[in-house]
Amino acid sequence: MFDNLTQRLSATVQRLTGRGRLTEENIREALREVRVALLEADVALPVVQALIERIKVRAVGQEVLKSLTPGQALIKVVRDELTAVMGTQNASLHLAATPPAVVLMAGLQGAGKTTTVAKLAKHLIDHKKKVMVVSADVYRPAAIEQLHTLAQQVGAGFVPSHVGEKPVAIAKAAVDAARREVADVLIVDTAGRTSIDEAMMAEIKALHEALDPVETLFVVDSMTGQDAANTARHFADALPLTGVILTKVDGDARGGAALSVRYITGRPIKFLGAGEKPDALEPFHPDRMATRILGMGDVLSLIEDVQQKTDADKAAKLAAKVAKGKRFDLNDMKDQLDQMLNMGGLAGLMEKLPGVSSLPDKVKSQVNDKEVQRMIAIIGSMTKKERRHPDLLNGSRRARVARGSGTQPADVNRLLKQYTQMEKMMGKFARGGMKGLMRQMGGAMKGMGGRGMPPR
Amino acid sequence: MPSLWNKLANRKPPPPVDRGPAPLDDEAPVAPSIPARQEPGSPGWHASALPNIANGPDDLLATAAAAVPRRGWRERLSDSGFARGLSSLFARNPVLSDELLDELEITLLSADVGVNATAELIDDLRRRMHKREFADAAALREALRSRMVALLEPVAQPLDPGGRKPFVLLVVGVNGVGKTTTIGKLARRFQQEKRDVLLAAGDTFRAAAVAQLQEWGGRLGVPVCSQGQGADSASVIFDALQMADAHGKDVMIADTAGRLHTRSGLMDELAKVRRVLGKLDAEAPHEVLMVIDGTTGQNAINQVRQFIDAIGVTGLAVTKLDGTAKGGVVFALAREFALPIRYVGLGERAEDLRTFEARAFLDGLLPASA
Repeated sequence: MFDNLTQRLSATVQRLTGRGRLTEENIREALREVRVALLEADVALPVVQALIERIKVRAVGQEVLKSLTPGQALIKVVRDELTAVMGTQNASLHLAATPPAVVLMAGLQGAGKTTTVAKLAKHLIDHKKKVMVVSADVYRPAAIEQLHTLAQQVGAGFVPSHVGEKPVAIAKAAVDAARREVADVLIVDTAGRTSIDEAMMAEIKALHEALDPVETLFVVDSMTGQDAANTARHFADALPLTGVILTKVDGDARGGAALSVRYITGRPIKFLGAGEKPDALEPFHPDRMATRILGMGDVLSLIEDVQQKTDADKAAKLAAKVAKGKRFDLNDMKDQLDQMLNMGGLAGLMEKLPGVSSLPDKVKSQVNDKEVQRMIAIIGSMTKKERRHPDLLNGSRRARVARGSGTQPADVNRLLKQYTQMEKMMGKFARGGMKGLMRQMGGAMKGMGGRGMPPR
Repeated sequence: MPSLWNKLANRKPPPPVDRGPAPLDDEAPVAPSIPARQEPGSPGWHASALPNIANGPDDLLATAAAAVPRRGWRERLSDSGFARGLSSLFARNPVLSDELLDELEITLLSADVGVNATAELIDDLRRRMHKREFADAAALREALRSRMVALLEPVAQPLDPGGRKPFVLLVVGVNGVGKTTTIGKLARRFQQEKRDVLLAAGDTFRAAAVAQLQEWGGRLGVPVCSQGQGADSASVIFDALQMADAHGKDVMIADTAGRLHTRSGLMDELAKVRRVLGKLDAEAPHEVLMVIDGTTGQNAINQVRQFIDAIGVTGLAVTKLDGTAKGGVVFALAREFALPIRYVGLGERAEDLRTFEARAFLDGLLPASA
């Protein structure tokens, strides 16, 4: 239901075409679209307003590069700005302290603290740390048991605690236990709490004081709406947070909460929780999250990819050939197919297209490069002469090619039909040169994103 | 920006929400003073917060009787950022202007009402304001109120577990929305309505989910049917229904594992639960209650859509409305799906699950008189 920003902007920026610069006047409407897009992605309103200001400042006066349309130019500004706000590097944990280095988790109910404790423990264990975990959640039924089970799963030490104990006492005892066991890291899980529950906020402040943790991580659900800003502010006021962990990013929420929390707390997002298994903890990449919030897939990096990986020499040769009015033959088609595989194949391309991430896995798994590989095999089974002069391929030659490539004559026919279409297209671009061809390719790929289904 | 944060920072802190026991009647008068929450860890605190399983519900009732009344839900919600924003907006008795509408729009957007639902409400007000339909800001406020009530009233349909025996209630939702807690509260509610309840521990995936439900069962003295972690969820729920049937239970509430709506494999599992239940009772489950986290933003719409596709949701429960988020998402959901909203969760205690009432909900957010 959410259009991606590129589509959203295309109408409003159309009238910018031909203008050399972005001005406050001509981007006003486009910025309104950016605002709506950010709000739909659940970026908190105050943060949206601040961002729009920053984007305006950066966009106004920008020259629209010849290679980009005005819309693309503006999107690039928006994306760069979001990336900048979200921090430039993915920060990891700072555990340089006298062992045990204590990590304290905080967040609302159901944000995913306990699961994240297990994931962090696994992550650290994989990095050769000795990790112990403890639960100071004496409120939620079976919370302690949940952490116990998870600790066993990931092989972390578990400091037992009981609902009858005070959280601060549990924490202190756990530090002693970790010291005794010579653990490198102690991760302290806490109960979920509403940020306006003063008694509970006082409790976590007391916990923080007692533990003096090197890392105080705020765990936030990526599906959170406007409230992310309020909650983050309250937690940041109560606790000296050192970082943020964004959970449930394997859903299809656009994750505007990431931006709100980052902007409000000024703390880096250190990890993403992206699945139910203990190893589903990913480092955070600001640029990818910016792209996701804008809902535009990775179109820009796709364009970069196309530009980088297209073999420039071959492309130039083909362009020269087509320009001279020579025929596009099956050798050229094979080159193109090879290049497609070079770029990571269809699946790789698909991943970068907007809207594809929301396709069910079933559809995604149907997209593979078998078809492309089969086409290459068919061309490979032809003689050199046949490749140069596809008209030679009569019935019996086609049957031979099918046998040679292990396919059916129908497959060969389909390939030849696709070839004829491509040849026609190439003829059209004879005067447009390679630039026109590239633009067309980009357009065709975007169109594919809209349909969502790859050609069969 | 800064002014907004100052406003937030200077707001009157709400009275501490006591996690301790409370009276059992739903609309108790507001106590002038609410005692501070007991120090966690003191014996009294534990006796009340986690009654011994052995003592069962009697213990719960005994401690509850000694407690103070707690606030009605109008009081709770009117403390929210949303309500405060709206109230302060109108308290100034501003002139009718586009600026007023802009401020109103900002307030709605900040409450997660959503871009589309907000635009619809505001555009309508703007059109009518320009036709000079409103005499003053108060009239405009009344118009907004009635529009919002009109959105919510049709979906405020309470759940009636009568008529069927056993009434099969399947609780679904994404991870961490409060399914198990909601089930505990629901079981207590049904119990008070003198219904015989059975719980089915269908969340066989998450660590200690079964134990969590058993703890609730122990507290309330409600039997829990379980097979432990890693068992097949559909099989647990099937067994539970057989058991509920055999023991003549009135209501069977089945827990399920939290699943993100984008995981098609897990969503198919839900369809299986329905298929398997259909073998015992063609109409089961009689209610598929989807739990929504009240702090969720616009993604709630995607969630509900996917769950409707997978298992056919018949009702919603919105939880965690006791924080700073105040459920504007409810408007977006009502507009998009018109699914009945059965319950709202306004706190952590068992009686904090309330029947959803459009007027009470709105009264808290946007009181009728200034």
